[in-house]
Formats: sequence, structure tokens, C-alpha cells
Amino acid sequence: MIHRATLSLLTVVLMATGAASAAAPAPDAQAQALHVLNRLAFGPRPGDVERVANMGVQRWIDEQLHPETIPLPADLSARLAALDTVNRGAGDSLAEFLELRREVKLDDEGAKQRRRQTEMRVARQAAEARLLRAVESPRQLEEVMVDFWYNHFNVFAGKGIDRALVTSYERDAIRPYALGSFRALLGATAKHPAMLFYLDNVVSSAPRPDPKGKARGLNENYARELMELHTLGADGGYTQRDVTELARMLTGWTFDQRRLASTGETFRFDAGRHDAGAKTWLGHAIAPAGQQEGEYALDVLAMHPATARHVSRELAQYFVSDEPPPALVDRMAATWLASQGDIRAVLATLFASREFMAAGTVGAKFKTPYQYVVSAVRASGAPVANVGPLVNTMNQLGMPLYGCQTPDGYKNTQDAWLNPDALTRRIAFATALAGGRLPLATLPADARPAMMEPNMAGSDVVPLPVAAPVDPKPVPLDPARLQATLAGSISARTQAIVQRNPDNLRAAMLLGSPDFMQR
Amino acid sequence: MHRRHFLNALALGAGILLPVGRSAWAVGGPAASPTGKKLVVVMLRGAVDGLNVVAPVGDENYLRLRPTIGLAAPGMDGGALDLDGYFGLHPALASLQPLWRARKLAFVHASGSPDATRSHFDAQDYMESATPGRKSTPDGWMNRLVAALPGPQAPSRLLGIGPVLPRILSGQAAAVNLPNVAGAARADLLDRPAVKAAFDELYANHPRFGRAYADGRAAHLEVMEALEKGEMKREMEAADRGAPLPNGFPDDAARLAGLMRNDPKIQLAFVSLGGWDTHANQGAAGGQLANRLAPLGQGLAVLAERLGPLFDDTVVVVMSEFGRTARENGNGGTDHGHGNVMWVLGGKVRGGKVYGEWEGVGDAKLNEGRDLPVTTDFRSVLAQISEEHLMLGDQRLEQVFPAMPQKRAGFRIVGT
Repeated sequence: MIHRATLSLLTVVLMATGAASAAAPAPDAQAQALHVLNRLAFGPRPGDVERVANMGVQRWIDEQLHPETIPLPADLSARLAALDTVNRGAGDSLAEFLELRREVKLDDEGAKQRRRQTEMRVARQAAEARLLRAVESPRQLEEVMVDFWYNHFNVFAGKGIDRALVTSYERDAIRPYALGSFRALLGATAKHPAMLFYLDNVVSSAPRPDPKGKARGLNENYARELMELHTLGADGGYTQRDVTELARMLTGWTFDQRRLASTGETFRFDAGRHDAGAKTWLGHAIAPAGQQEGEYALDVLAMHPATARHVSRELAQYFVSDEPPPALVDRMAATWLASQGDIRAVLATLFASREFMAAGTVGAKFKTPYQYVVSAVRASGAPVANVGPLVNTMNQLGMPLYGCQTPDGYKNTQDAWLNPDALTRRIAFATALAGGRLPLATLPADARPAMMEPNMAGSDVVPLPVAAPVDPKPVPLDPARLQATLAGSISARTQAIVQRNPDNLRAAMLLGSPDFMQR
Repeated sequence: MHRRHFLNALALGAGILLPVGRSAWAVGGPAASPTGKKLVVVMLRGAVDGLNVVAPVGDENYLRLRPTIGLAAPGMDGGALDLDGYFGLHPALASLQPLWRARKLAFVHASGSPDATRSHFDAQDYMESATPGRKSTPDGWMNRLVAALPGPQAPSRLLGIGPVLPRILSGQAAAVNLPNVAGAARADLLDRPAVKAAFDELYANHPRFGRAYADGRAAHLEVMEALEKGEMKREMEAADRGAPLPNGFPDDAARLAGLMRNDPKIQLAFVSLGGWDTHANQGAAGGQLANRLAPLGQGLAVLAERLGPLFDDTVVVVMSEFGRTARENGNGGTDHGHGNVMWVLGGKVRGGKVYGEWEGVGDAKLNEGRDLPVTTDFRSVLAQISEEHLMLGDQRLEQVFPAMPQKRAGFRIVGT
């Protein structure tokens, strides 16, 4: 636990860190370093706290805001490059998916098995790419923002062809814009086939008499979530009429499965489906303008004050506290409007705020299952070749990767994730990880992390991580090294209890402690 | 009349949520006796299409509004199952027909939340907090209910099944959430004495996580104990060995029934099922919606059967955040609507009847020209069940359902 007296100095010290010396960092610099590592990163890896404290917290934040300046380690780049299904285009992924589906329809011998194996391979590689980066990338804020934006613009991998498309969605529509222009991010998600398919805009059209084909009329699913979740927020002041009118403006925003599979074309505006009538939307008279109507809508939505407030609040909730201070949200929204929705600028306002560095903010957030699992692996310093046990644990904790069925994405509040069973499962995971009993180091030939099937009850029975195959020679974590890595985030009380216990339980106790549940 | 007392109290300036602390039940003391009555709530997240669950097949407008997804008349190929000559049940719910015939299954049509939102997320929140239009309510109504019911509290008295603790269960009173019943039956690491002692000490009286930890351990031991009982063990083994159904709900329902029979402390249970947001390719007698309804119906039938004599003391409510458009859209689906159908089953339910004020699906009768109006507030059904079945006292009823509307349901759906 960081002392309050120390924390009251944080803001002052933070302003002075530009002149950080090369000497051993002061305790308050360490406290700040730990805090920013818990928020802008998925927690510290061994040595991180000293490194960040030494280079200066503000400099580290500035660097994180410009991930393009931070080189990826060659080893990580090489491993990411080797994931063939992650690195190919959306068209190629879809082509393979459609071909396998065709074979299954033809009742080809073994086709079902082949399809299952391919789908598992695609899912495993997607999880591997995401988790390797989250654990090992030095561009931690970028990974944190990928997690944030993927949730904000959630697409469920279990829906039909989105199985094949989410990898491209994250890589092409989310990641490049994670710290860039919100308008560009919004446009990229709006035009990606994974989103067009997930929220049904692909089949939306002006009403037509033609009874053939799937697109025979308006589908308002995407238009509604675009305003409610992606931009204005549920209280953003729009009506059912605005939903319908926006849906009409977006008719024709679609893609052609066959063209995507054969030529890689991810988006097309189909003028034949577009509703060419005049519209009135959010008080604006919309003259017929084809695709430009939708582009105009995205322009208006991206820069709407309600959007600035809604998304700023979500960001503040993610980075500061479950009920973020309204004054901070207001300042972030002002930056949003002044900077034309520059995500980097809004985050800079957040990170520079006294609210972010306030004593009450430190440790105030309850880790989501994703944050818990990733931060535990980072703290352990354990090399990860096999992400299977991590994927399974997130499934059991109710947060499967790419597995949120609803477009609102996973919540990031304590109310959503703290429950009796979850604590027990986290402790079981911590104990297995600390005992070196998770098979993380070796990739089994048939590695197959359970992938999310759309399931109604959330009741698929998956074994606990302790039941996973056990490495022949478990290598337990060194509790002293772990304690040093986590340093100031473990309270004196917890430390004292840990010290009274046998050596072989100490690392498990640190990772399963109440202190490590929070960030 | 209890009800009048309650409504008078409301008229005198209620709308204020009284805090119900953990100590609230303790005040009741030994004089208050548990009723042994149970409530199971099943929430269908994503707004199920109630007009195809209990379809007005006798309405001349129905098939006009739904030329491709409408259910055919009873007796036709793929037709609805006749309920009362006007309404028909979706054929994928054939497993519920015996309960209907035995008058242990009823529906309340055109029911739902008075709030007009068509946001899934707001509407679910309102249904779980039972305070439509008010987002600041900190707790869920099932949590307030368990705190208000007479009898000793136990973490497992309020049980949820699913990966996360739902809003409806969250609040001051203890509640336990199991990802699935089978998983909870396994011994875990914390059952090893050294590990248990270490973590017990770490979490003892921890201001933020101590209670969740303690509740988790208590419930785990209780569930383990219940599952150790011979009969349940045999059932579990039989269920595990038999061919599992494609969806998890029937299995979970079977285990939930066993658990409720073996652990008398469990009084309120909650399960939620997702995947009802059918904007495209919804299907009619077969297809996407039918594929969801079939295991739901099977699970409810299994629950009723496996509860055995306890079914007489149980009410099961199935509800969803709002209904869907009366007209199918251009993609063989439906968009977000308003009124929906609630399902109520149990040994003492006055079943075999579709309740509610029903005005048909003629264009002039539709809310905003697109969906069913809400003629019965969902809270008035829940309040009636709480009052008549769970024997919740008047004052306590107001704590559970604050700011109830003056208008009461014009029917009595459950007997005592």
C-alpha cells in the first residue's frame, strides 16, 4: 500500500520528473511508476518499476502515447510474424472459411473435423497474437487501448463469418487508430465487414418489392448501436425516429462476401440498396447524397458534444475510477472538441490530471479477468509459449477473448466482476501459476484453447486450470523476486501474513492476494 | 387487503428506496419463519420475440405483419400449438404443452417495463433493478427481496448461475454466483487445508473483498455438501453420462433442481440466457429463434419434473427486457419493440390461461405504430408473486419494488 503522505506529493513530483536523475529512484517516484504501470500498462514485469522511475514517469507516459517510437523486441516480432492466420487479409481468411463450410455441406469425409481444426487454429492464433502482445509488448498503452476500443466497438467472434473476420477487424480497424483520430476509428469500424455483418447493416436496404435476396428492407440494428454505444450514448438525446433515419442514411453500406473472398474488397457502397429519399436526422435536413450521407453522419457523431462526453466518461472510468469525477470528464470532453477528437490529446489530458494521480485513485480499480490474468503473467516473468491456460481461465472467469456476445462489450467495473466465485477461481489460477503448474512454456502439438461457441447459459463446462495437463517438472515462482516486482502494491498487512507462511505458498499468496486484485 | 395498504403507503410519498442492510433480516428474529417457497427467475437477454412465443394466430393482422416469420395456424404444417383458440405456442416449445394442459403454466401478454427505452442495456438494467427510468438504483430487486424475506440468511439463499454476478442479484445481501452447477461440485484448491488457511487469513475482514471471499467459501461448502447427498450424486452422474443436449440450459436446469431439493437454504435462483436479438433471419417454426426456444422449453420442463414435489412450492418466471416489432423487417427479422410476454409456471400457478389486457395487433393498436404497448407493468406480476407466493409483508414489498405504479394487475396469477 502506498502511503497517503507520499501520494499527496505525487502531482508535485510528477511535474518535476522531467529532471529525473539517473540515481536510484526516490520512493515516491517508485509509487508513481507502479501506479502508471497498473493503468497505462497491464501491471509491472520484473524490473519495470525501477526502469520507469529512473527514466521519469512523465517521459514514460509521453513515450507510451507515441508507440510508434518504441521498437518491438525482435523475438516478439518474429513470433507474431510466424502466426500465419493472423497476418493474412480478411479476404483470404473468409475464403478459407467459406470453402470449409462448402465442403461440410457437400458432406465431404472428414470435412467437419477439418473445419473444426481450422477454426480452432484461427482462434488460437488470434488469442496468441493478442496475449503475447499484452504480456510482452513494450508498447503497453497501445495494448491497453486495443483492449479498450475492441470492447467499445465490440464484435462477437461466434457469429457466423465473424469467426474468420475478427482478426482482421482488430488488426485493420482497431489497432491502427487506437491512439489516433476518433473519426478515423469510427469510420474504420463502420466499414469493416466484421461490424457490417455483426450488426446486420450488410442486409439493410431501402424497402424493395423483390422477395429474393436477404436485403429487402431496413435493418436498424447498427444505426441504433452506433448512436447508443459507439458515439452519443443512451442519453445522447436522440429518438426512435433518429434511429430509423440514420438506418436509412446507412442503407447500401455493405460488402459482398464473394468479392471479399476473391478480391479482398472489404467494403462497398451499393447504390441500388440505398434509400435515396430525403431524411431528417438529429434536426438536420439530409439531402440525398448516397454514401456521403453516412460519411456525414459519422462526421456529426464523432464531433458531437454528447459523444465527447460519453466516450471521455468511458475512458475516465477505465483509467481512473468506476464513478469518474465529472470535472475530469468535462475537461477531457473539452479537449476532445478542441482537438477534433484526437484520442492522444484526450488521454494526455487524463494522464496529466490531478484526479488520475490522486491518492484515492491508486488501487481503486478492480481488475477485469483479462487484466488480472495478463498482469499475473507479467508479474511472474514466466515466458509464454502456450496461451491455452490463459484463454481457459478467461473463459471460466466469464470474459472469453473475442467472446462477448452483445455489442456493448465487457464492462470494466468492480460491480461487474467482483463476485464470490470469481475470487475463488482467481486464487486457483494464481496458485497454479505460482506453482509453475500451468503449461505455459511448452506448446502442445494439438494446443487447442477452448473457443467460444455461442452458448445460451454461459454454462459450458471447462476444467479449472489446475486440472490442465501438468508440466513434468513444475518450476515454482521465486516469491522474493515476485515481491520485489510488485513492491509497493502489496500492503504491509499482506506482506506480514505472507511471511508467516511456508515458502511454497508465498508466491501464490501474493498473486492471489486482495492487493493484486486491484490496480 | 395487503395490497391497498401497500398502495396507500406508496401514495403517501414513497419512491424513496429504503436501505435494506444485512441486519434487516436479523431484526425479524426467530419469530419470522421461512415459508419454504421458492422463486426461479429466467431472464432472456436480447429481447425475445414474444409475438412468436405466444403468437396471436387468431388475429387477422398477425400473418399480414409477418408474412415470412409468422407461425401458421394450429394444425397446419409447422403450425403453432393451440393454447386457447386465439393464441398459439411456438412449436419449438412443445415440451411445455403438458404443463399448460395441467394448468401449471400461464402467460402475461403485452407486459413489460413502462420505460420507453429500446436500448437493451438500459432496459435490462431497469428490469433487474425494478426501477424503470432510474439508473442510480444501486441494487437488484432479487437482492432486496432476499433481504426482505423472513428467515435466516445464507449466501446460497440467493443463487445465480452464469459467469458473472448479474445486476439483479447485486446489493447488500449475500448472494452467490456459480458459473455452472457442475463446476461448483468439484473440489478446489482452497479445500486443501494449508492453502485454505493461508487465503482465509489474507481475506479475513478485508474491507473490500473479505465478504465476497467468505461468501464464496461458505456457498462452495454448502453446494459441495448438497451435491454429496446420494440421490443428487446419482442424478449428476446420470446427467453427465447421458448424451448432453446441445445447449447447456437443460443440464443446468436439471442440476439446479437437484441442488434446490438437497439444499433447503436456496430460496431464490436466477439464470440468464442470451442470444435472442434476432434482427435478421429469425425463422418461423424452424430456424434461429426455434433453435433457442427448444432447449429453453426442455430446460423448463426438466426443472419442473426434477423439482418433484417441490414444484408445488416453486414459481418460475421467464422474462425479457422488451419485445420486438410487430412487423417483420426486410431481413426476415424483427427490430426492438416494447411489450412482451412473461411466462409464469409452478405447481400453484393458475395456469392454462393467457393473462393481460390484450388489444390485438391491428395497426391502430400498436404502440408508435410498431410494437405491442405495455398493458401490464412487469413489477405488478413480480409483486403479486412476492406477496401471494413468497408471503412478503406489505412494508417489505415497498422496499423491493419502490415507486410501484398505482395500477395493479387485473388478475391473480398464483394461488396460495
